[in-house]
Amino acid sequence: MNARTSQRRPDVHARASAWLLSHARSLVFSLGKLYRTPLSSLMTTAVIGIALALPTGMYLMLSNLEAISGGWDESAQVSLFLKPSVSDEQAEELARQIQRRDDVGSAQAIGKAAALAEFRELSGFGAALDALDGNPLPAVVVVQPGLALKDPLRIQQLVYDLEREPGVERAQLDLQWVQRLYAIMETAQRGVLVIGIMLGLAVLLVVGNTIRLDIQNRRDEIEVAKLIGATDAFIRRPFLYGGIWYGVIGGLLGLIMVEAALGFLAAPVNRLAGLYGGQYQLLDLGAGAAFSVLLIAMALGLGGSWLAVGRHLSDIEPR
Amino acid sequence: MILFQNVTKRYPTGQEALGQMNLEVDAGEMVFLTGHSGAGKSTLLKLIAMIERPTRGRMVVNGKNLHTLTRRRIPQFRRDIGIIFQDHHLLHDRSVFDNVALPLIIAGYRQQEIGRRVRAALDKVSLLHKEKAFPVTLSTGEQQRVGIARAVVNRPAILLADEPTGNLDPALSREIMGLFDEFNQVGTTVLVASHDLDLIAPMGKRMISLKGGRLQDDEPARGASA
Ligand SMILES: Nc1ncnc2c1ncn2[C@@H]1O[C@H](COP(=O)(O)OP(=O)(O)OP(=O)(O)O)[C@@H](O)[C@H]1O
Ligand SMILES: [Mg+2]
Repeated sequence: MNARTSQRRPDVHARASAWLLSHARSLVFSLGKLYRTPLSSLMTTAVIGIALALPTGMYLMLSNLEAISGGWDESAQVSLFLKPSVSDEQAEELARQIQRRDDVGSAQAIGKAAALAEFRELSGFGAALDALDGNPLPAVVVVQPGLALKDPLRIQQLVYDLEREPGVERAQLDLQWVQRLYAIMETAQRGVLVIGIMLGLAVLLVVGNTIRLDIQNRRDEIEVAKLIGATDAFIRRPFLYGGIWYGVIGGLLGLIMVEAALGFLAAPVNRLAGLYGGQYQLLDLGAGAAFSVLLIAMALGLGGSWLAVGRHLSDIEPR
Repeated sequence: MILFQNVTKRYPTGQEALGQMNLEVDAGEMVFLTGHSGAGKSTLLKLIAMIERPTRGRMVVNGKNLHTLTRRRIPQFRRDIGIIFQDHHLLHDRSVFDNVALPLIIAGYRQQEIGRRVRAALDKVSLLHKEKAFPVTLSTGEQQRVGIARAVVNRPAILLADEPTGNLDPALSREIMGLFDEFNQVGTTVLVASHDLDLIAPMGKRMISLKGGRLQDDEPARGASA
């Protein structure tokens, strides 16, 4: 190593490492503090865990519902009833044209005669039809949307577009109940979001209050530290790390609770799927979502302690 | 080192604790502050440490004009001042070693350096063997000495002590005053508030008497008679 560089480095180096050292100390110290009061720490983190497990669990339930109902997309279709004047050939042409659309999976024309035959077979009104002198049924184009039904706006746009195609009398979206289910699920998703936000707020307040009590209990220590030259940042740091620990440990507890609930549900879900002649593996949270939960928990812990620290630390001055 | 010019301190209660105070203490001086209870001794020390701010007047401490010292810069300023109280202000959930180490941790020293300096300070107050003890297990005199070790561990330029021997027996009090004298010998400016005239008069140091918040008497040091 070159003498000159090694001479200049220590300053920046020393200051950076002193800073790091101070952070590391706060980190360890704040964790040690939780460890030294295990019961109250456990209670606080358990409350945080439950508050986080609830919305996470609900979210997971919805994801599973969504996965189950995903297969129903294909059974949705739009029936285009054409004007009586449209011939079967024109219907075929229209079907080909519609098929070229991006948002359409397939389109199939059903000629007037075929429509009549189908109706006769399915409706049981054959005798009544015989009494009529012509074929009253129009040609039909059956369109299979090429996009997920979850997107009700685009589905509606598709139906609207199709309805305005020349020769189309009326477009009818079948399987509206699938859409209703999606609408319900969307509502539920919003609900989970609202509950999640409220419980997140609760976590913020729980951490804030815990840290506030902690600050009050360590009033003497803070006064002494200020008296011997501690900066605000130095005094703040262990409390902020304390909040982060509460968040992270609470988040871990929440994830464990969700996993446990999942394990608890796995057997009956399998039995249920078995009754329908199928098999269903409950969707897990996955590493990404679990990481997000931890990240959110950490942010909430930090936020809560930040609120408490900002409110209460400046009140304490040495006397 | 310490300069008061027409300093007045009026507490929010309206109580005037110091009035029109003029005072100058040179670097390396050792000064005793005496006066009746309520004379303003603690207030004077608190002003120096920026625990209280003057209502009026100009103060310069350790080369810094306190009027222009912002809140942000107070911590750095205080690291050059060691403060010792009558009730030692030790942290009871930490060992003697950790208490003394606090100023060094705050200042961001490395672990080895902290160990070295803390042991040197504890050795100075003859408490090296108690480094792992907790403050509650120490006698009052020992606790007071831990407080002194903490105040000097950072080698501050100024040492302030408010009634450091308040409830100690005479022998112990003399020992502690002797310690202050030693710190003064190595160049620290020392200010000690005490009303134990029997104890401090024989030391022959400069003595400032306050009365009702005003300077009553300023008696210079009597050579090296201590
Ligand atoms: N925080 C405060 N608020 C209001 N008045 C105060 C405050 N601190 C001190 N005083 C008043 O200021 C005056 C000087 O108080 P100070 O504590 O400086 O006296 P002292 O010389 O240290 O007395 P003692 O020897 O009893 O410690 C007293 O009359 C006291 O009542
Ligand atoms: Mg006093």
